[in-house]
Order: sequence, then structure tokens, then C-alpha cells
Amino acid sequence: MRYSAPTTVDEALATLTAEPNARVFAGATDLIPQLRSGRPEPALIVDLKRIDRLRGVTLTDATWTIGAATPTSHLTRNAGFAADFPGLTEAAGLIGSDQIQNRSSLGGNLCNASPAADSVPALIANDARVVVASASGERVVRVDGITIGPGATSLAPGEFIIEFQLDRPAASTSDAYLRMIPRTEMDIAVVGAAARITTDGGLCTGATIVLGAVAPIATRVNDAETALVGSTFTDDALAAVAAAASAACDPIDDKRGTIAYRRQVAGVLARRAVALARMRSTASSNESSQT
Amino acid sequence: MTRTHVQCNVNGDEVDFLTDPAESLLNALRDQLGLLGVKEGCGTGDCGACSIMLDDAVTCACLVFAAEAERSTIVTIEGLADADKLHPLQQCFLEGAALQCGVCTPGFLIAAKALLDRNPDPTETEVRYALAGNLCRCTGYDKIIRSVLAAAEEMRNDHGVSL
Ligand SMILES: Cc1cc2nc3c(=O)[nH]c(=O)nc-3n(C[C@H](O)[C@H](O)[C@H](O)COP(=O)(O)OP(=O)(O)OC[C@H]3O[C@@H](n4cnc5c(N)ncnc54)[C@H](O)[C@@H]3O)c2cc1C
Ligand code: FES
Ligand code: FES
Repeated sequence: MRYSAPTTVDEALATLTAEPNARVFAGATDLIPQLRSGRPEPALIVDLKRIDRLRGVTLTDATWTIGAATPTSHLTRNAGFAADFPGLTEAAGLIGSDQIQNRSSLGGNLCNASPAADSVPALIANDARVVVASASGERVVRVDGITIGPGATSLAPGEFIIEFQLDRPAASTSDAYLRMIPRTEMDIAVVGAAARITTDGGLCTGATIVLGAVAPIATRVNDAETALVGSTFTDDALAAVAAAASAACDPIDDKRGTIAYRRQVAGVLARRAVALARMRSTASSNESSQT
Repeated sequence: MTRTHVQCNVNGDEVDFLTDPAESLLNALRDQLGLLGVKEGCGTGDCGACSIMLDDAVTCACLVFAAEAERSTIVTIEGLADADKLHPLQQCFLEGAALQCGVCTPGFLIAAKALLDRNPDPTETEVRYALAGNLCRCTGYDKIIRSVLAAAEEMRNDHGVSL
């Protein structure tokens, strides 16, 4: 195995073209445990962290740009970002320990393509996009177009993600992410639920609800969104959200939870995530009316 | 196999070594630089026994390729004391009986230092969350948490006096 640390996107692309049996990495918090568990070593590992464009959290006009290799601790410690995306910040803050968060990246969390990746439902709920580097030029792809199955992405060999883009939320819009694990910290999601809610007074005018860890890839629950939009968050509407979330699950049975348990918890967490995002959306509308 | 030349600063000293790209920073620190205070518990990021400061961020040395350390600044447990004077965290761990076998201790001390550098007055809950990435199979954690809180208080008081 060889090691390379390019400093520009073009240099990284050229390195990847020259060696097809290569793996890019950022924090290596997925890569190293995988190699240790006996997965075959690539001929070359390409460290993306020395490329300036892949590091940093910046706000330009109304769009946040996050370098794909930025440690997630830089997100959770950014007060402006956390105010705009409290749910995505919560999700990033759930990835492992402080030691892990000083290394783990959004690019790695997405491209490792674990069904339980915590940031992915919240990224999808917030309509995040990625800029993909490719020998044929850069392209912008929605995050929900990247993961295609456990461990599999739509990126072609030699391609990698440069950065994430997130538009600032509209007025009276906020998000939430809740995760169920058997312990308090340091475990992989049994169920994750992200919601982004827009309100107008007591009325729900927009909803995006995405589940993690209950299907091969993060799952958007369209029926729950339909049940919610136009409602005033009545008990009936929230019960419909829970039922739709449970129905949308296609989970596995494993030591962390049975299929029936995951279905039930998915409904509960989806309803709670909606309630939390709704509360935050109302708070954010109060703030904007005060300023 | 191509060996990579790495230059970095470890505990204040400029050092250099040759590494095979598959070698972890944990192994390089132990086997090439003789820093045996950096412990291997799991090798997969779960136990925190290998915690070091890498460019001012607490990190599991087992999840870093040694080749990545080029031009970095590293602090290990060996760099915590000030010559013969133990760091307040080390002193409080001794006085508070916060260790038994001691394998987890270097990692806890580094993670605790990272917390206190950022937050000199943490609550018990904040200490517990900040140390969630460190496992101890002996003490039951309580004495560790109390020792960190005691060290934080001592460091705040000392700081007040010296100002
Ligand atoms: C102790 C421990 C606890 C953990 N807890 C959690 C948890 O609670 N929740 C959770 O979701 N995850 C968890 N993880 C998994 C891991 O930390 C996250 O998935 C993390 O975000 C991965 O980021 P990374 O930069 O370290 O990825 P890497 O290991 O560097 O890369 C992961 C994969 O993505 C690819 N990749 C990386 N960057 C890019 C890019 N820019 N473009 C294209 N491909 C890329 C790599 O080739 C590799 O296949 C944990 C891991 C450990 C060791
Ligand atoms: S040895 Fe590195 S975390 Fe356990
Ligand atoms: S003192 Fe033995 S593992 Fe902590």
C-alpha cells in the first residue's frame, strides 16, 4: 500500500486516474477499522485533508459550504451553523466520541454508505447538495442521489466529493434529528429520524421526514409529509406521521433490535422529531419578527 | 513497499522517522519513538487508550496513519508533566485513586486535558460526555470523574493566584 496527500483537487484526480486501485479518505475512522477487520488493502490511499477546498465551514450569501473532509467537530462548534441547522448539528454531534469527531467527516459518513450513518437523514431533510470532483469536470448532486445501497455509492471510480452545500433555512423553518441507541453514547443507530418543518402560525406549510437505519439506505417518508402539510399538528396528523414512518421501514433483525422493534421506534422517533422541529421553527419565526 | 519519511514535533522535540503507509501513528509512536505511554486497547477507535493531542485536537492514534503526521504537532502522556512536576490532572488521579491497572489512564488524562483546555469549569455531565470515548474496565469511572473535577478546580484556583 502506498500513501499520497495531494494538495489540489486536480492533483488528486490525476493521482486517482493513474492508480485505479485507490481509496480516498478523510478521517479514516471507517477506513482503518475496515482494513483491520481484514478487508483487502488498496494499492494506494489518498489523504484528502491537505486540499484546501475540502476543509472549512463558510457562509456565503445564503449558502453554507462545508469541505467534505472537515472534521465534524468544526460543525458542532460553529454557533452560526448550529443556529441554522440544529438538527444536522445534533446528528454530527452524535458521531462517536470527541476523539472520533475531531477526525470524522461528512464526506466519509456519506460515502461509507452505512444505513445507520447519522448525518445522512439530516442532510437529506435539509436538501443538501454535494459537489463531485470527476476527471470530466465538477457536478452538483443532491445528497439523496449518492448512497445506492449498504457500502455502495453512485460515484464512479476516481470521483470524490469536494464539498457540501446547504441553503440557509427559509423563515419559520427548522430541523431536528433523534436517534435511538441502547446506550447513552458511542453506539450505532437502531433508528434515526430527521425532520425539517416549516410553519405559518399554527399551520404546517412544509415537511421533510427522513429515516435512517431502518432500510438499506436513508428513507424519505412521503406519506408522513403529505399527512402533515396543511395540518395544524393535530393528534390525528401526528398519529398518521408515526404510522407512515413505521410502514416505510424495511429493517433488518440484528442484535441491536428486531424488525418489529425498529418499526415501532421509527414511528415514535419520527413523531418526536416533527414536534421538536416544529417548536424550533416557531422559535425561529419569533426571532425574525423581533429583528 | 515504499517507506515514507515523516517529520513532526512530539512533546516539544522535532523528530523524524520512516513509516510504511499501513503503519498506524499508535505503532509509530510506540515502536519507533519509544513512547510506550500510548496504549493499544482495541485498535478500532472504541476505547480511547491511544488518545493523543494531534494539532491540538484529541484523537485516537490507532485511527491515524503515521504518514499523516507529517508537519504535525503531537502531545502524548509523556509530554503532560512539567519536568518532575506532575500535571494537576496526574496529581489528582493519584490522590483520587482514579486508576487500578492503569492501561486506560494515559488516554483519560489526555482526553481530560483536551476538555479542560476548552472548558476550564465543566459540569459533571460535561466531563462524562467528554470522556465517553474512553473505556475503563477497573475503576467504575466515578473516581476518574471526581479526579477530573478536582483537577479543574485546582487549576482554576492556581490560575487565579498567578494572575
Ligand atoms: C468508535 C467509532 C464510533 C462511531 N460512531 C458513529 C456514529 O455514532 N454514527 C455514525 O454515523 N458513524 C459512526 N462511526 C463511523 C465513522 O466515524 C463515520 O462514518 C465518519 O463520518 C466517517 O468519516 P471519515 O472521514 O473518518 O471517513 P473515512 O474512513 O476517511 O472514509 C469512509 C469512506 O468514505 C470514503 N470517502 C471519504 N471521504 C470521501 C470523499 N470526500 N469523497 C468520496 N469518498 C469519500 C472513503 O473512501 C471510505 O470508503 C464511528 C466510528 C468509530 C470508529
Ligand atoms: S486503541 Fe485506539 S481507541 Fe482503542
Ligand atoms: S484502570 Fe484498568 S482499565 Fe482503567
